[in-house]
Amino acid sequence: MQITVTVNGIEHTRDVEPRLLLVHFLRDSLELTGTHWGCDTSNCGACVIWLDGAPAKSCTVLAVMADGRAVRTVEGLETAAGLDPIQQAFSDKHGLQCGFCTPGMMMTCRALLDENPDPSEHEIREAISGQICRCTGYENIVRSVKAAAAVESGAMQSSAAQQGVTA
Amino acid sequence: MQVPAQFEYERATSVEHAIALLQRHGPESRVVAGGHSLIPMMKLRIANPETLIDINDLDELTTIRLEGGELRLGAMVRHAALLDSAVVGEHFAIFHDAERVIADPVVRNRGTVGGSLCQADPSEDLSAAFTAVGAVAVIQGPDGTREVPVREFHTGPYQTVVGDAELLVEIRVPIRPGGGSAYVKVERRVGDWSVTAAGAALWLDGETVTDVGIGLTAVGAEHFAAPEAEQYLRGRPATEESYAEAGRLAAEHCNPTADQRGPVDYKRHLAGELTVRALRRATARARGEAIEGA
Amino acid sequence: MTTTEDARTGVADTGVASTEVAASTPMGYGSMRRKEDARFIRGQGHYLDDIVIPGMLHSAILRSPLAHARILSIDTSAAEAHPKVKAVITGETLAGLGLAWMPTLSHDVQAVLATDKVRFQGQEVAFVVAEDRYAARDALGLIEVEYEPLDPVIDAKHALDPEAPVIRDDLEGRTDNHLFDWEAGDSAATDAIFASADVVSECDMLYPRSHPAPMETCGSIASMDKVTGKLTVHTTTQAPHAHRTVYAMVAGLPEHKIQIIAPDIGGGFGNKVGIYPGYVCAVVGSIVTGKPVKWVEDRSENLMSTSFARDYHMHGEIAATKDGKLLGVRVKVLADHGAFNGTAQPSKMPAGLFHVFSGSYDMAAAHCAVTGVYTNKSPGGVAYACSFRITEAVYLIERLVDVLARDQGWDPAELRMKNLLRSEQFPYTTALGWEYDSGDYPATFQKALDIAGYDELRAEQREKRARGELMGIGISFFTEAVGAGPRKTMDILGLGMADGAELRIHPTGKAVLRLSCMTQGQGHETTFAQIVAEELGISPDDIEVVQGDTDQTPFGLGTYGSRSTPVSGAAAAMVARKVRERARIVAAAMLEVSADDLEWEKGGFHVKGDPSAARTMTEIAMAAHSDLELPDGVEGHLDATCVYNPPNLTYPCGAYICVVDVDGGTGQVKVRRFVAVDDCGVRINPMIVEGQVHGGLADGIGMALMEVMAFDPDGNHLGASFMDYLLPTSMECPSWELGETVTPSPHHPIGAKGVGESATVGSPPAVVNAVLDAIGVRHADMPLTPAHVWRAMQGRPLRTDLAIG
Repeated sequence: MQITVTVNGIEHTRDVEPRLLLVHFLRDSLELTGTHWGCDTSNCGACVIWLDGAPAKSCTVLAVMADGRAVRTVEGLETAAGLDPIQQAFSDKHGLQCGFCTPGMMMTCRALLDENPDPSEHEIREAISGQICRCTGYENIVRSVKAAAAVESGAMQSSAAQQGVTA
Repeated sequence: MQVPAQFEYERATSVEHAIALLQRHGPESRVVAGGHSLIPMMKLRIANPETLIDINDLDELTTIRLEGGELRLGAMVRHAALLDSAVVGEHFAIFHDAERVIADPVVRNRGTVGGSLCQADPSEDLSAAFTAVGAVAVIQGPDGTREVPVREFHTGPYQTVVGDAELLVEIRVPIRPGGGSAYVKVERRVGDWSVTAAGAALWLDGETVTDVGIGLTAVGAEHFAAPEAEQYLRGRPATEESYAEAGRLAAEHCNPTADQRGPVDYKRHLAGELTVRALRRATARARGEAIEGA
Repeated sequence: MTTTEDARTGVADTGVASTEVAASTPMGYGSMRRKEDARFIRGQGHYLDDIVIPGMLHSAILRSPLAHARILSIDTSAAEAHPKVKAVITGETLAGLGLAWMPTLSHDVQAVLATDKVRFQGQEVAFVVAEDRYAARDALGLIEVEYEPLDPVIDAKHALDPEAPVIRDDLEGRTDNHLFDWEAGDSAATDAIFASADVVSECDMLYPRSHPAPMETCGSIASMDKVTGKLTVHTTTQAPHAHRTVYAMVAGLPEHKIQIIAPDIGGGFGNKVGIYPGYVCAVVGSIVTGKPVKWVEDRSENLMSTSFARDYHMHGEIAATKDGKLLGVRVKVLADHGAFNGTAQPSKMPAGLFHVFSGSYDMAAAHCAVTGVYTNKSPGGVAYACSFRITEAVYLIERLVDVLARDQGWDPAELRMKNLLRSEQFPYTTALGWEYDSGDYPATFQKALDIAGYDELRAEQREKRARGELMGIGISFFTEAVGAGPRKTMDILGLGMADGAELRIHPTGKAVLRLSCMTQGQGHETTFAQIVAEELGISPDDIEVVQGDTDQTPFGLGTYGSRSTPVSGAAAAMVARKVRERARIVAAAMLEVSADDLEWEKGGFHVKGDPSAARTMTEIAMAAHSDLELPDGVEGHLDATCVYNPPNLTYPCGAYICVVDVDGGTGQVKVRRFVAVDDCGVRINPMIVEGQVHGGLADGIGMALMEVMAFDPDGNHLGASFMDYLLPTSMECPSWELGETVTPSPHHPIGAKGVGESATVGSPPAVVNAVLDAIGVRHADMPLTPAHVWRAMQGRPLRTDLAIG
């Protein structure tokens, strides 16, 4: 059947089997291979993307269920303005090693920061608790999120200060 | 990667449409909500529906509201929404307790209250919570709706009273003053299914337990309930001694089976221990006391 | 060879390492952002399953549902009739090609596709090639296999029973499940010490079967070019060159016509060392169909069939004087090797490096006797960052020390401190024959005690105990042995474990370093560039590191056993020094002075006593490629190759302290703190080193508390998905507290020792010791799940390798 999914702001229309998993639609049909898969049971979170603005495990969503909906993937984090602060922070704080869980982790952490700009360590750990990383022991992922939060709060303050000056 | 077998896909646009689709496609069709239990089973080819009916567009089933002295939860309320709801937390802390330990935050963005109940996994957490609070399931079929107490909703592991052409549409929880509730779970690791869990809802008049509901998860308790313990407690003082005996009764009357989460004696022990802890916590809440970690 | 010229000497107490990245790229060592991250953070990593080759077909493997059964018939006709299926391959097909069996890395053979019997649940039975991955999976359901079930051997302790079914009846003359007996150490001397010792403690302990479970499963794409006869295999391998040689040996293909390409690898931990049946089937699939064939295992296949780890049943004994001087240790091991002996380790060592089990202590004698057995479980055994079974060795000795301390009422920290090797004893030859290179164990240990606040923790524990609360403090001190290894003693399939390196400086002064090892996330692109940068003064940003492609890199044995820095890292330093010496000659020609008159200062040469008469590496590089007249016998250009044959292993160490709280009513364990002080010699990139330690500490939480592959009496695998094989999440891991001491390796060119597996090796006993300390139980096996903790408190611990009944 034909579906239309908006991925990273661009509409894509494809003919798919109803059973096609969203992760395969992204990877195989759209060649967006930044979204990975690591298990079959929605336990590992390597496949996390945003579905209508909320993190979801794309190995456990059918592509047809995303018909008419909006998806954001790791490829949609960087903009013309540059890397998303969460991307920069993962590199700065060594929040990744093999890089396989990283896209899913960053998608979840981006969503966390959008909702909670200053999360505690516990809140960060809870947010990523459905995602497995075998390399980092999570420590530097937590530090990455804190660093991104600090950068963003600094950016907000400076932009607020600027507005104050012009106002 | 494991992938499902082939099936037809339909997307329902209303409850009535979903029911019509269920009628048209018959018993080999399945409703998919969050899909986080069903789709993995389809990948393993344990579940092989011929038609999948997607009800994710049924916004009318996503509301959380107070009406008629009840908390009413649409069947498509996502776990995350239940956890986020202040009104839910105000009246039934047990749901927030349970939701904090159901799967993980990303899965909770997709999984639904109705889906959990209908999957009827013996280790699923909300069934015991709804059992404890005396919830009622509203089921809609071609001929209208019917109400079934959650304590009569499950007919066995992975089986419910929802018929082939029926849809669970709402769960209603009567609100009564003077109560407190709690859910306590032991898991091998965050995100795992319960080894054992217990939920309690309890109403006090002074120091007397006027009414109580106790739900048990993953220990083979019929309808997820502990009626012997409940019966014992009604009218008794809200004391450690009473709770210890209630815990003993809950443990005695459940029927756990051994698996890699634990042997029978341990699960039975937990049924008692967690019943006591849930009662304690529910009592503190009924009394308006602050709870550590809550 | 002068190996110590640049090695730092003495123990540097550097405090908590700074892992903040420098604002600019360091000209050598120091924390710097990883070069590889630029693609990973953009989702532009290139992993195996991301690769699409034109015309590529997909495949799937039909696996045995039974642990032990005779195959009566296989009917593939319905699968072959599937419109999208291109080929169905069975053991019979392979037998016709002489490929039904392949050699393992441990002198055994393993079925590629079963012909006679299936010997473990999940064993490969048939291989389907189809147009897409969904169709390949569908076709598996169309294959009919008729089995005659046989009794399985599940409990290793009964594998040698006279009535046990014989698993390997494929082997000529085999009448039982006995695989090998192997010993190390002096049995008589050890027995004599035990006979005269004041105190002896003993303990039975199991290091259960676990799995490395990298986030990316294993897979390959085989592409046979019929015209050129060249086989290209993109594959998830930690050892590309070893794979090429094995393919040549297995398939009889000429080695120069095989190209192995390892793309980005999503974690390895030893899971991606071996050659799996799926890889061989993909090659055959490509030959049969004439198309590239991709095979990628799903998670259950990964857990059920590839490289399990550990599975050692150990009976250990430790002897001491009455005032706490350790005298000796001995152990009997029953090693469960599964249905085929597929351990990936130095060929002459059937128990790997297990015989470093005398650990970090000064002991007069030690002895081990290891018996390997076949069972109806998957093959493997050496994986999961085990350093060739040093995980088991460290667990054994660190548990025994705790058991002894408990039996005698001694403080486990005092007992360790009293017996740790002292710095003046190095190089120290152990009772088992290892020559430990360097260390200052008491300093490392004291640092961990200080960070943890050991005395305060014990005081807190006493207060809590008085209140009925369960708190435990667990210690582990480990000695690792990494960097396999000296060619004369260590080989894989007859291939000596030396590594090559090639370095070429381009005319403009930029460089390319070609390595035989292969990163799986360790950051080689950065670290190895830093090694060359330190030697030559070329920025790491200007050095490209090439790895993974056998057509582009020199021969070497790959990345596992924490050997990349000790072996390939040494090769990189040595090849850079060779280039530097060539550069000296070029610079001498440029400056028209004798080479002996030049002095090296990072980045260039200058005339001794005249810093203004200098040439930078960039200038030298251009000159080396120019018309500059060079002395007779000196070739132009600026490049070098080398092969590094390590003179010895390197011996990192570490002191770990874990603090747990246990809920006595439920058995739940909360790891509150974890202090890890590692000494891995010189740190090239401290940020990366700490990251390596973090990951290994999480492994310790996993193995100690949740990870296990148990089997029911029928041989059903009870950990065959991530629902059942539990890996630690962010919630079980505390915020790690790291420290470091630096004792350079005296024989390594840059004094580095390797660290990849240290924390995986060292952390499990610290967690177990902490939990058992909390609940006051002498011993219970891993994993200490809530159920098991509760049962242990009742004095009825579980057999964690079997189904819970």
